[in-house]
Amino acid sequence: MAEKRIVLSNCGVIDPQNIETYLARGGFKGFVKARDKMKPKAIVDEVKKSGLTGRGGAGFSCGLKWELAMNAKAKRKYLICNADEGEVGTFKDKYILSHDPFGLIEGMCIAGLAIGAQQAFIYLRAEYHFLYDLLCRAIAQAREKGFLKHMDIQVFEGAGAYVCGEESALMNSIEGQRGESRYKPPYPPTRGLWNMPTIINNAETLMNIPHIIANGAAWFSAMGTGRSKGTKVFSVSGDVKRPGVYELEMGSCLSELVVDLAGAEDIKAVQVGGSTGNIYPASMIDMPLSHETCLGSGAVVVFNTGRDIIDIVHNNMHFLNEESCGKCTPCREGTEVMMEILGRLTRGEGAAGDISALEDLARTMALASLCGLGQAAAVPVMDSLKYFRDEYIDRIDQSMFLRSYLSGELSKSKEGIR
Amino acid sequence: MSKETSSISNGRADLLPVLKRELGKSGSLSKEVMSGVAGKTSLPLNEVYGVATFYAYLPVLPTGKNVIRVCRCVPCDLKDVQAVIGSIKKEIGIAPGETTADGKFSFELVNCIGACDQAPAMMINGEMYGNLTPTRISEILKSY
Repeated sequence: MAEKRIVLSNCGVIDPQNIETYLARGGFKGFVKARDKMKPKAIVDEVKKSGLTGRGGAGFSCGLKWELAMNAKAKRKYLICNADEGEVGTFKDKYILSHDPFGLIEGMCIAGLAIGAQQAFIYLRAEYHFLYDLLCRAIAQAREKGFLKHMDIQVFEGAGAYVCGEESALMNSIEGQRGESRYKPPYPPTRGLWNMPTIINNAETLMNIPHIIANGAAWFSAMGTGRSKGTKVFSVSGDVKRPGVYELEMGSCLSELVVDLAGAEDIKAVQVGGSTGNIYPASMIDMPLSHETCLGSGAVVVFNTGRDIIDIVHNNMHFLNEESCGKCTPCREGTEVMMEILGRLTRGEGAAGDISALEDLARTMALASLCGLGQAAAVPVMDSLKYFRDEYIDRIDQSMFLRSYLSGELSKSKEGIR
Repeated sequence: MSKETSSISNGRADLLPVLKRELGKSGSLSKEVMSGVAGKTSLPLNEVYGVATFYAYLPVLPTGKNVIRVCRCVPCDLKDVQAVIGSIKKEIGIAPGETTADGKFSFELVNCIGACDQAPAMMINGEMYGNLTPTRISEILKSY
C-alpha cells in the first residue's frame, strides 16, 4: 500500500514561512466554515463522529475530550498543543511543524471555537528551539489575517524533560512547577491548567481537524479500522535503508511500513510505540498498525538479526529511569531496580532470580504507577521475555557459569601460591 | 512576559521563561543567578532550585561556552554512538560530563533529541547535527 498523505499533504509543497501559500491550497477554509456556519456543539459532534483518536500515544477519543471541556462552566478555558515529542524514536511532529505550521494553527483555531478557549499554548520541547521563530511568525501571520480574534496562541518552550509530554506534567511545567504528574481525577477537561478546563492535544491530532471539518466526518471514518480511523504518521528508524516519516492509513501492515517503504532486511524484532512500546519478533511482521494491536506515538524502530535484545531493553529502561519525575514510588524505584537487573545481564552478571524479579516488578509498576511512564515502563521487558526468553536464560546461564569458573580459577591459583 | 502573569500574583507562571532568559545571559544558573530569579518571581530560592534542577537543559553547574549534547538512546546507539563519543574525545580531549580546559566546550550525553532518522545525532547549543561521521564531527567542532 502506498503512503496516504493527508496530515502531511502540505509538507514540502507550501512555504512554511508564508501563509499565502497555505491559503492558496484551501487553508483555513475549514476554520471559516466552523466559525461562520457551525455552533460549538456541531463542531464537537463532527469530531466525535469522525472517530479521531489522540495521535501522541494515549489514543483517547478527541471528540469526547472536547465535549467535556465544552460543557464545563468556567471563566477561562485553555487549549494546549503538545509538541513535546520526547518519545524515543519519534520525530514526526518536528517534520510536521517544520513544513506546515499553518495546518496546526488552523486545527488549534477550530479547537478553540469548539471548547470556548480564550488562550492557547504550543508546548514546544527545548530540543526544537530552532522551530520557535518559525512558529511565532506563523502565529503572527494568522493573527494579521484575523483568524485569532477568539483565541490567542503563545509558544511555551520546555527545558528538557520527557515526562513533560504527559499532559498533567506538561500543565505543571507551564505553571512553573516541577514537571511532576498529577493525581487523576480531576482530568484536564474539568480542572487543568491553573485549575481551569483544559484540552491538551498532540500536534498531529490537531493537524487532522481542518480536514475533518472541510471534508466531513464520514470521509474520515471511511479510512482505517473499527477503533482507529483516518491515517497515522509514523517515524521509522533503526536498521532500515530509508529511515524517515511516513503516513499510512490506520490498519496498514507493519511489513508495508518497514519492509516496503523503509527497506528493512534481516529483521530480528521491531519496537512499535517508543521507549515503552511493544516489541514484536520478525514472525509477527504482518501485524496491522492500529490502537487495537500496537501503535503508541507511531515510533517504529527496527532491529536486525545482529542486535542484542537485552541491550536494547536496558537502554530503554535507563532512559525511563532518568526521565521518571520521581513522584511515585513504583516508577521511581521500579525503573531503578529494573535498570540494575538489566544492566547486570548486559555485563554477564545475571543471577537465577532475575527473570522472576522483573516479572514481579512489572505487575506492580503497571498497577500502581501514577502515569503512563511507570505504568508502561515494563512493557518492552515483558515482551522481550515473552518472545526472546531464551536469550535471558542463556545470559543467566552464562553469567552463572562465568562466576563459578572464575571462583574455581581463583581457588586453584590460591592453592598454587600455598 | 507571559500574558497570564497579570492574573497570577506570585509570578510563578513566568519562572521557566525567566530561568531560560537568565541562562541565555549567563551560560549556567549559579546560586547568584537563581537568587536573582527568586527575587524577580517572588519565590523562595529553594523553589527556583527545585524547578531548575528538574530539567536537563537548565544546568546549575558551570558549562563551557558551547554545550555538546550527544543522544544516547536506542536509535542512535544502534548507529554506534560510542564511535561519536570517541571522535569527540579525539578532537577536543573531553569525555561526557567534562569541560575543556579553555572553557570552549562541555560535553553531555542526553536523551532522544528527535533526530532518529539521521542517527547518530547531537546538538551543539541550539543546532542539531545528524548522520555524524568522524570527518563531519571534526568539521563541525572546528566551525565553533
